[in-house]
Amino acid sequence: MLLELRGITKRFGPLVANDHIDLVIEPGQIHALLGENGAGKSTLMNVLFGLYEPDEGQIAVDGTPVTFRGPSDALAAGIGMVHQHFMLVPVFTVAESVMLGHESTRGVMLDLDAARAQVRELSARFGFDVDPDARIEDLPVGVQQRVEIIKAMARDAKVLILDEPTAVLTPQETDELIEIMRQLAAAGTSIVFITHKLREVRAVADVITVIRRGAVVGSAAPTADESELAAMMVGRAVLLDLDKAPAQPGATVLSVRDLLVLDRAGTTVVDEVSFDLARGEILAIAGVQGNGQSELAETILGLLPPVAGSIVLEGTELVGKSVREILDHGVGFVPEDRSHDGLVGEFSVAENLVLDLIFDPRFRKPFGVDIAAVQANAQQRIGEYDIRTQGPGQPAGRLSGGNQQKVVVARELSRPLRLFVASQPTRGVDVGSIEFLHRRIVQERDTGTPVIIVSTELDEVSALADRIAVMYRGKIVGMVPGDTPRDVLGLMMAGVPLDEARRQAAENPTTETILKEGDL
Amino acid sequence: MTDELVPDQADAPPAAPPPKDPTEDAAASWLRRVSTGGAMVTVLAFVLALVIGGVLIAAVNPEVTAAAHYFFAKPADFFEAAWRAVSEAYSALFRGAVYDREADTFAKAIRPLTETMTIATPLIIAALGVAVAFRAGLFNIGAQGQVILGASLAGYIGFTWQLPAGIACLVALLGGVLAGGLWAGIAGVLKARTGAHEVIVTIMLNYVAISLLAWFLTTEAFRVPGSAEPKSRTVRPEAQLPLLFGDQYRVTWGFVIAILAAVFVWWLMSRSRIGFQFRAVGFNPAASRTAGISVQRITVYVMLTSGALAGLAGAVQLLGTSKYLTDGIAGTIGFDAITVALLGRSKPLGIFFAGLLYGGLSAGGRFMEVVTGTPISIVLVLQALVVLFVAAPTLVRTIFRIPAPTAELKGATA
Amino acid sequence: MSTVIDDRPVAEAHVVSPRPVLRVPITLAVLSVISLLAFGLGSESGTTSTLALSFRNDAVQLSPLVLNTKGTCLALSVICLAIAAYSFLAAFRFRKTPMWLNALFGVAWVFAFLVWAVEGKSTSLVDLLQGSLLLAVPIAFGAFGGVFCERAGVVNIAIEGQLLVGAFAAAVVASVTDNVYAGLLAAPVAGCLLGLLLALFTVKYAVNQIIVGVVLNVLAVGLTSFLFAAVLKPNAETLNTPPLLEPIAIPVLSSIPVLGPVLFRQTIIVYAMYAAVVVLTIALFRTRWGLRVRAVGEHPEAADTVGIQVNRTRWRNVLWGSSTAGFGGAFFTIGYVGAFGPEMSGGKGYIALAAMILGRWTPIGSLGAALLFGFATKLVSALSVLGTPVPSQFLQMLPYLLTIFAVAGFVGRVRGPAAAGVPYVKG
Repeated sequence: MLLELRGITKRFGPLVANDHIDLVIEPGQIHALLGENGAGKSTLMNVLFGLYEPDEGQIAVDGTPVTFRGPSDALAAGIGMVHQHFMLVPVFTVAESVMLGHESTRGVMLDLDAARAQVRELSARFGFDVDPDARIEDLPVGVQQRVEIIKAMARDAKVLILDEPTAVLTPQETDELIEIMRQLAAAGTSIVFITHKLREVRAVADVITVIRRGAVVGSAAPTADESELAAMMVGRAVLLDLDKAPAQPGATVLSVRDLLVLDRAGTTVVDEVSFDLARGEILAIAGVQGNGQSELAETILGLLPPVAGSIVLEGTELVGKSVREILDHGVGFVPEDRSHDGLVGEFSVAENLVLDLIFDPRFRKPFGVDIAAVQANAQQRIGEYDIRTQGPGQPAGRLSGGNQQKVVVARELSRPLRLFVASQPTRGVDVGSIEFLHRRIVQERDTGTPVIIVSTELDEVSALADRIAVMYRGKIVGMVPGDTPRDVLGLMMAGVPLDEARRQAAENPTTETILKEGDL
Repeated sequence: MTDELVPDQADAPPAAPPPKDPTEDAAASWLRRVSTGGAMVTVLAFVLALVIGGVLIAAVNPEVTAAAHYFFAKPADFFEAAWRAVSEAYSALFRGAVYDREADTFAKAIRPLTETMTIATPLIIAALGVAVAFRAGLFNIGAQGQVILGASLAGYIGFTWQLPAGIACLVALLGGVLAGGLWAGIAGVLKARTGAHEVIVTIMLNYVAISLLAWFLTTEAFRVPGSAEPKSRTVRPEAQLPLLFGDQYRVTWGFVIAILAAVFVWWLMSRSRIGFQFRAVGFNPAASRTAGISVQRITVYVMLTSGALAGLAGAVQLLGTSKYLTDGIAGTIGFDAITVALLGRSKPLGIFFAGLLYGGLSAGGRFMEVVTGTPISIVLVLQALVVLFVAAPTLVRTIFRIPAPTAELKGATA
Repeated sequence: MSTVIDDRPVAEAHVVSPRPVLRVPITLAVLSVISLLAFGLGSESGTTSTLALSFRNDAVQLSPLVLNTKGTCLALSVICLAIAAYSFLAAFRFRKTPMWLNALFGVAWVFAFLVWAVEGKSTSLVDLLQGSLLLAVPIAFGAFGGVFCERAGVVNIAIEGQLLVGAFAAAVVASVTDNVYAGLLAAPVAGCLLGLLLALFTVKYAVNQIIVGVVLNVLAVGLTSFLFAAVLKPNAETLNTPPLLEPIAIPVLSSIPVLGPVLFRQTIIVYAMYAAVVVLTIALFRTRWGLRVRAVGEHPEAADTVGIQVNRTRWRNVLWGSSTAGFGGAFFTIGYVGAFGPEMSGGKGYIALAAMILGRWTPIGSLGAALLFGFATKLVSALSVLGTPVPSQFLQMLPYLLTIFAVAGFVGRVRGPAAAGVPYVKG
C-alpha cells in the first residue's frame, strides 16, 4: 500500500504543529521520522491515524485521496499505530485488548476463544511469548508493546506506525524490535518509525525524513552521519558529547546499605541495594524502566518506606524521616514524571518555583507568604535558567516540556544541597534544554554536591556519569566506571553480570557498535 | 481581589507584563473579568434562568392555561395572561428581595433587602466552607450536617452556660466552629486513613446529624422543661448576636461575621502557607507529596476548616436568627451552600455576591408565594439553572451568540 | 480531580507495607466480641425469641420459629469468632478473606443481633425480609443507573434527581391515563430527560460531573416540588391518585416456604430488578457492548484509537443509566405508596451511589449492598415498633453508620473505572 501525505497542516490556535508536510511511504519500507521532542512528529501521526483532522492537506492511499474522520477510518484503511503511551486498558486481558473494537461474537456473546486463538497465532508468527489471558497491568512494558503490535497486526495493518517505540526498551530488546520491524517490512508491511534516537534510525531505516518545528527540513540516507542528522534535527551544530572535567570526588557522604523495598503487592522492587557516594561525584543509575531505579530514588526522598536497610547522609539516617524532613536536610529531588510529581500545572511558574520552599525563611512573613519575595525569586530563576515563559504568573502546565523541567531543576538547585537526586532529568526535553540541564547538573557536582542521576537513556548515562550502577530486577548488577562501553551496559541492563557482559559484548557486538565502528 | 499568590494570567492576553502592585492588579483583574465575559456570562445565565422560570410560571398559571384553550381565537389574551403572570411573580420576587416600592416609609421599603442579608448570612459562611474544600480538591457535601452540629453546640452553650454578654456569644460561636469542624473532620480522617470517599461519608454524616439533633431535642439538656415539643430552650440574651441596624430589621452582626469570614478565607487561600498547601494538594496531590506536603494531614485540615466554617454558619443562624433549636434549624443552608459556592466559583468575593443573590431569591420567593401564589420551589429551579449555565459558559455563549473572549488554546501543547 | 469514583489517592500512592493489612480481620474481631458480650452473654438465660415465618394472609401457615435467645446468640457469636480468626490467619498469609465468608459473617452477626433484640418478644421474619426487599428496589435501580454511567466514565450523582422525576412522572401519567403501566413507562422517560441534561453538560460541555449531578438534584427537587404545589395539589384527584401495581404470584416458585412469598409474590418492578441484575451483568462482562463500555470508562484514549466513539458511548450510557434510575423511581409512587409527595426520594439516590461503590461497580454487588441497606432500614423500623432500650434516633442512624463503616472499613480504597469523572476532550 502506498501512503502519501500531501501538504498536511495542523494548527492549535496560533501554534502551527504541522506546516505543509509532505511524506510518501512506499510499501514494505521502513520510513524513519526523525525529530526532536515537540517537533510535531506525533501530531502528524495523529493526523494520519484520524485522531486529529488536518486544517489543510490530504492523505492519499494508493493514489486515491481519503478522509479519516476517526481512527476507525484509518484502521479500515489498513493503518495501525503503536502509541508512545500504550493504548491498552490495564484491567483487560491480552485477548480482550486485541479484540477491542473489532470483536468477534457468538450470538450476542463475545467470542473470547476466537480472540485467544488469534493472539496465539500472531504470537507464534512473530516469535512472541504472550499469554492471551494475562492481564495487561501485570505485563512488563516490553511485552505490552508486543501486545500493541499484535493488536495492529490482528487488523491486517498494511502501514504500522511506531511512535518512539524504543524509549522503554533495553538495547537488546531494541535489537529484537528492529528485527521484528525488518520481518514485518519483508512481509510487505510499511513501517513509520518515529524517534529522536539517531543510532536506531541509522540501524533500521530505509528512508529518513527529518522534521523540525512542524516542517520537513529534509531527508537523508541511513548512511548519513550522526552529527549531520543531529544538526538537521536541531537546526544547528550540536555537541553530542558534554564537555566535563574529570570528577574530583571528596569525602564519602552518602552510604546506602542493604536497602530493601517492597511494593504494595509485596513484591521486592529494591533488593538489598548498597552503595556509597562521595562529594563532587555523579553516580548514574542505569537500567531499563521498571527495574527498581525509580523506587530507589523515591525511597531516598522518603516517598517510599523501605522494609530494611539504611540511608545515611552526612551522618544522619534518612530512613524513617518524612519527605519534609529529608528535603529540609538538604536533599534536592527531581522526580521522574515532572508533570505528575514535579509541578502543579495550574499553579503559576512563581508558585512552582517555591513549591517545596514555602516554609523557607526567605519566603516567610509573620502572617503568611512573602509574595514580593516569591516574585523576585521567580524573576531571578527565570533569568538564570532561561525559562521561556510569558511571565512568572503563567501557569506552569502551559510551558513546554523543557521549560517545565527547568522550573523543577531551578527550584531544587535554588538552595544549598547535601545531595541532589534527579530521575530522568531530560526525558521529553528538547536538545537545547538537554544541553543546558546537563551543564547545570555538572556545575552542581563541581560545587561539591554529590549527585545521583537515574536514567534509562544510555546517552545520558554516558554523558553525565562518573560512575555507573546498573540495576536489574531491583539489584545492582554491577558498579562500573563512567566510560564503560554501551554494549556492556546494555547487557548488564538485561541482567548479565559484569564479566560475562564484557565477554559477550566482545563476541556479539550490537548493531550500534557495528555502526559506531563503521564510522571510524 | 485576586486569589492566587501570583496573579493568574490564564485568561489574560499573552505576554501581559506582570503587574507589580497587588492592589492595582486586583482592580485590573476585576475589570478584566467583567469585560472579557466572566461577569457577563453570569448575568446572561441569570437572564436565561429567569426566562425558563417564567415559562414555568406561565405554564402553571390557571388564567394562562385558560387563555391557551382559545389561543387561535384570541392569541393576544394568551400572551397578555402569560405576561401578567410572569411579571407579577417576578415583581413580587423583587419586592420581597430588594425594595418594596409599595411600602409606606423608606425604612419599611428596604426591609426586604435586610431580610435578604439575613438569609444570605449563614449561606455565605457555609459556602465559604464548601469552597475551601472544593479548592483543595475535596467535595464537602456534608455542610448540612456540619451546620446542624454547629448550631446544636452553639445553642447548648448559648442557653446553658452563664457567661457575661459578649463573651457568651463568642464562646457559643466558637462552640459552633468546633462542632462543625470536628464533624467534617471525621470525613477527613476517614478519607486520609482509609481512602473512604468524602462524598459518601459526608452525605451519610448528614443523616446521622439529623438523627442526632432529633435525639438532642428529646433530652433534658436541650428541651424546654415541661414541654414535649421537639424544641430547645431559647438562647440567653447575652449569647445572642446583637442586631446590626436596630430593632426594625432582623440583620445581626452575623452579617459582619460573614464578611470577616470571606476576608479570612481570601487570606487563607491566597496568602497563607497552609492555604498554599491546600491548593497544591487540590490541584496535584502527587506533586504536593513530592514537595514534602503531607497529603493526609492536609486532607484532615481541609475538612476541619471547611466544617468549622459550616459550623460557624450554623452558630450564626442560631444565635442571630433562630435563637432556639428545632429539627429544621438548618433549613437547606448546607445544601444551598454547595450551589452558592459553585456559583461564586469558590472565590470569596464571588461567594459573597452569590450568597446575596440566593438570599434575595429566598426572601423574594417567600413574598412571591404569599402575594401571587407562585410556589417558592420555583426559586430552587432558578438557582439550579443559574449554576448550570454559569458552569457551562460555552452554552450561554452559544445561545446568545457571543464570541469567546480569547481563543481557547487547549491542545496547543500536543 | 477525581470524582466520587475516581478515588484520589490521598494516602501514599504506593504505600509499601510489609505488615499484613489487618483492617478487615480487626473489624470482624471487634464485631464478634460485641456479639459475644452484648448479644450472647448479655441476654438472660431461659428467654426465647420468636420469629414468624408466614404472612398473616398466607394460605399455609408455618409455625413460628422459637429460639432460645442466649443459646442462639452464643452459637452465632462463636461462628463469627471463627470467621474472624480465619480472617486473621488469611491476612498473615497475605491473602484476602473470601467475600462469601464476609457475607456469612454479616448474616450470622445480624441474625444474632435480631435474636437478641427480640428477646422475650416476637417479630415476623418474612415481614422483615419482604420489607428489606421492597426498600432495596429503588436503591438497586439507582445503583444500576450509576453502574451504567460510571462504567462509561461519567459519575452520576444525579441518581437522586432521576429517582424523584421518575416517581413524579409515574404518578402523574398513571393518574391521568388511569393505567399503571403507562406510569411505569413514563418513569424511565422522565429519568432520561434529566439524563439528557447530565450528558449535555458533562459530556458535551465537559463541566465537572459532580457539580452537574449536585445541581441537577436541586433542579429535580425544585421542578417536582413546584409542579406539585402548583398543579398536583389543586388537582389531586385527577393528577395524583395513581393506581397501584398489583403483586403477581409466580406459580410454583411463590409456594416455596418462607422465601417463596417474599421473593415471588411481588410487583412487576421487583421482577424487573431480578431481570436487570442478570441482563446487566451479562451485558457488561460478556458482550461486545460491555467490553466497549468498560474500555471507555477505563481508558477512553485507548478506546478512541480502536475506533470506538467515546463520547457517543458516554451519551448513550448516561441516557440508559438515567432511564434505569428513573424506572426505579416509579417504585416510590405506583409501586408502593401511590401519590407523589415532594422530595419523596428522601436521599435514596445518594444511598444508591454508596451501594454501587460498595458493590464495586458490579450489578450483583450493587444489588447486595442495596439489600443490605433495605434490611438495615427495615430492621430499624421493626425494632422501633418493638421498643428497645436504645433511643429510636440512634437506630435510625444505623443504616448510615453502616455505610460509613462499610466504605471506610471494608471497601477502603477501591478501584472504580479509572476514567470516571474525567471528561474526554480530544487532543
